[in-house]
Amino acid sequence: MSDLKITGLHKHYGAYHAVKGIDLEVPSGEFTVLVGPSGCGKSTLLRTIAGLEEASAGSIEIGGKDVTWARPRDRDIAMVFQNYALYPYLNVYENIAFGLRARRVASAEVDKRVKRAAEMLGIAQLLERFPRELSGGQRQRVAIGRAIVRDALLFLFDEPLSNLDAQLRDDMRVEIKRLHQELGRTMIYVTHDQIEAMTLADRIALLRDGKIEQLGAPLDLFERPATRFVAGFLGSPKMNFLPATIETGEVILRDGTKLTLPPGRKAPNGQAVVLGLRPQHIAKAGASAAPGHVQLPSTIELVQPTGSRVQVSMPLGGISITAEFAAHEVTAPGEQVRIDIDMTRAVLIDPQTDKVI
Amino acid sequence: MTTVPFHRRKETKLVFRYLTAASLVVIFVFPIYWLFAISFKTPGEIFAFPPVWYPKSIQFNNYAVLFKDGDAKTVGNSLVLASVSTFFAMIFGTIAAYSLVRFRTGGENLAVWIISQRMMPPVAIVFPVFLFYVWLGWVDTYIGLIILYTAFSLPYVIWMMRGYIEDIPLELEESALIDGCSRWEVLWKVVFPMARSGLFATAVFTFIFSWNDFLFALVLTRTEVTTYTVQVTHYFGGQSNFWSKIAAMSVLGTIPVFITVATLQRYLVRGISMGAVKG
Repeated sequence: MSDLKITGLHKHYGAYHAVKGIDLEVPSGEFTVLVGPSGCGKSTLLRTIAGLEEASAGSIEIGGKDVTWARPRDRDIAMVFQNYALYPYLNVYENIAFGLRARRVASAEVDKRVKRAAEMLGIAQLLERFPRELSGGQRQRVAIGRAIVRDALLFLFDEPLSNLDAQLRDDMRVEIKRLHQELGRTMIYVTHDQIEAMTLADRIALLRDGKIEQLGAPLDLFERPATRFVAGFLGSPKMNFLPATIETGEVILRDGTKLTLPPGRKAPNGQAVVLGLRPQHIAKAGASAAPGHVQLPSTIELVQPTGSRVQVSMPLGGISITAEFAAHEVTAPGEQVRIDIDMTRAVLIDPQTDKVI
Repeated sequence: MTTVPFHRRKETKLVFRYLTAASLVVIFVFPIYWLFAISFKTPGEIFAFPPVWYPKSIQFNNYAVLFKDGDAKTVGNSLVLASVSTFFAMIFGTIAAYSLVRFRTGGENLAVWIISQRMMPPVAIVFPVFLFYVWLGWVDTYIGLIILYTAFSLPYVIWMMRGYIEDIPLELEESALIDGCSRWEVLWKVVFPMARSGLFATAVFTFIFSWNDFLFALVLTRTEVTTYTVQVTHYFGGQSNFWSKIAAMSVLGTIPVFITVATLQRYLVRGISMGAVKG
């Protein structure tokens, strides 16, 4: 059974069309991440699911019930906001208990649930404190606590980690993933951070201009992107895009470099294409090329160590591309290397439609 | 030529500053002191020359007369009128301000129209109101003045509360709506506590405006709900002025405001500065 079913959803703000006909079904217990660049309509979509925005057209079902026109409180949802949305005049205990009290849950039950949630989130010792006395990470835990005590059918997260520093964001990501496993609830999570999307999601809905560009498991989207936009959005460093043409079963780059056609891909002779190569699939060449791999000489232009790996820039096909090598494989710019391109993982994109061939 | 050492110059500057400050304080505080002093003096001391700077013995006769004659009741009237009208103005004003901020009621300009009503000189409407009230039978009644004071305070309350409510993060309210609150509960459980300092600061000023009103009370009251401001003027006579009564009544009229401001000072400072940082 699906906990959330969205059909033909549109949202207009005056002349601005923010959400353009979204269809999405989220099975019970699934962690779905809505990801996309800012202004793509992901937050609007989430707020419309929550009932904080009114749908302009289409329908929303939660738990099999049509809630398109229902008030937020009648939708059986809990939501975590980016800015925590904690009440500064209530202590942590009362903040977590707020939703239960608003729904007139008996005090003994409130106490039990608040303490259990605080226990789960490791904030049991903070219950008497006020939000101003907490760190950013602790505040976000309280905000999550306030959502989980509600025991709602659907949990909505609106960029909950974007106000935290990098280290804390990693910790909280783990925490949210763990919570999802423990609670087994349906969660919809909005983020613009592709790492968060990849690591948390059972399924990613990648949005662009108010539409779902591609929907699928994180690795599906990463390995088999449907469009140039998806290919470019997911993955860090970004995928390299090289203009090329197809000739006699080979990919010819602008400077005449010849690469083998990715296996299973067919394109007519003379067709202009864009070749997509992930930096991870360009390595320092070994003794011999594996089947489907191409080896070429190149010169390192720029070296950016990241610790375990090193990002290097080098020319290929008349433009500068990025590759990712193991930490000590290159040392300085100007170094002559032989690179190994894994063409089995490359994607070919039709520049007319931006769709992957 | 001897030069004055630097630290000496600094000290002189400081002494000069303190002297200026002290004389300014004396100039401003003296009339208040004189008012209090007269209220405790005997008639002989009030008119003595050279002046008696402080009463020889504190006596409460001037106050006792006010209570005996029933004049002190006018302070009670002022208290009822100012408190009740402040209460209603705060409730309705905050609700109206909330509606202006969150639902954009009346578009962008309604708030400006509302505050413009505040600019109108009260004297321009006092006589039409009087005629209207005569027709309604509301002259010299609590309800008449309470409604008028409430109506007159509303623009100020709406304008001020609008600013404070705009400062409340929308997410706090949205979170409450999802958690199970109705709009009214959001107002009660989120907006009021969040705007508490602003509420108190606005309420104090609203109270003081009504408390100090003279014009409406003069025209619209006779004997039943006379306020203390009107009562004080009764002591200025053609033949003589009752300075002892004027002073005692003025002190009685000052005390409630003093107590209100003193108790709510904490909120007042925060409330005013909250408004101040807003653009």
